[in-house]
Amino acid sequence: MADVCAIIASTHHPFYYRASTSTGADRPDFADVWVAKIEAFRETLTRAEPDVLVMVGSDHFHQLWLDNMPQFLVGKAPVFDANYYNEEREFGLPRMRVSGQEELAAYILRQGLDEGFDLAFSNELRIDHSITCALITLRPQVDLPIVPVYTNIFAPPMPQPKRFVELGAALRRIVEQWPSNQRVAIIGTGHLSLELGGPRQFGPHGPDPDFDQKAIQWIANADIDGALAEVSLESLWLPGNATHGFMDFLLMMGVVGQGVRADYVDNLDLFHTMEAYFTWYPRRGEA
Amino acid sequence: MSRYLVDKFLYTVDRDPELVARYRVDPRGTVEWWERERANRVLNLHSGEATTWLGFSDEEREALATHDYVRLFELGAHHFLTLTLFIALFEHDYEEPLGFQREYARRLSHVRLPYPDIST
Repeated sequence: MADVCAIIASTHHPFYYRASTSTGADRPDFADVWVAKIEAFRETLTRAEPDVLVMVGSDHFHQLWLDNMPQFLVGKAPVFDANYYNEEREFGLPRMRVSGQEELAAYILRQGLDEGFDLAFSNELRIDHSITCALITLRPQVDLPIVPVYTNIFAPPMPQPKRFVELGAALRRIVEQWPSNQRVAIIGTGHLSLELGGPRQFGPHGPDPDFDQKAIQWIANADIDGALAEVSLESLWLPGNATHGFMDFLLMMGVVGQGVRADYVDNLDLFHTMEAYFTWYPRRGEA
Repeated sequence: MSRYLVDKFLYTVDRDPELVARYRVDPRGTVEWWERERANRVLNLHSGEATTWLGFSDEEREALATHDYVRLFELGAHHFLTLTLFIALFEHDYEEPLGFQREYARRLSHVRLPYPDIST
């Protein structure tokens, strides 16, 4: 059976690539501390020595559209092209090409359907910055095959927060049952409080620092019960109109399991949002 | 009200560099052309299988034709689609980094929770 060697959750700030590669007068004053934090975070994945990455993210109205919107989608293709013209335009993100792990994708689809998740699939998925930012920060050599899992956190009606937790738990079970000796890291990216296209965007902090502090504690402690007691589809509009991305953190907490504290926690307050990074090693403490 | 069609306009323009440039310099002409030629195009189908019924309300058409992102927000256009397209249109008019994004927020400062419904 496959081994889940690391579970990683983080934000996916699209400005990181440009900030970290800029020089001279173009280099923002927060770049060095950001790079140092990312390099320390990257080490947590490197140490786990994964063979394959299952990557959870959210399409930002790039390939998934309102004419035919899936709630959860698994990418099954030998290769994924990555990043779009408007991400190149707005964030300076590079075009990328990532190998797929079709055998694991097929296994997740079959078992996921049998577990009661009506997963959509795509044989022609192009991935965007919710996944590529995690590659840029955690595995910039892009040398491992991936299975992308996309969620709808943008287009109402969305699944309930509890459903994200349930999918995360199912994903963990399915990966651990995969008849393979490969080491799998499950990586997901989401948002803390975030406003886009509204009056609270691009302020000196995220739109709701109190939510951010609570959310970091929920995630760091995988306090699923605590988070679900306070979070609903309706309440997530309050900390910022893009905060439903927190549900991808809930999915990752489902992967981890209730109450398992992260082995690595860090965060960085960056003008209009709070960056946050979490790693769990499921095998820690075992001989 | 066709919130879906407004979102579809923002989505299809934002992903095409030629349409972004055209919408910046000729917003009214682009909106009129798009509504006539593209609104009813079903994505991934040829033109013979277009829909027959999608159109903007007068208020939506005017908001798009005047680059009025404040009104689009008030009408329930999806905040992410509006932001990304209008950054492409106007970000380079501002010398300060994120200057346009902050101006966008300032122009929406009268908005209070709950925000307009964005469901389609």
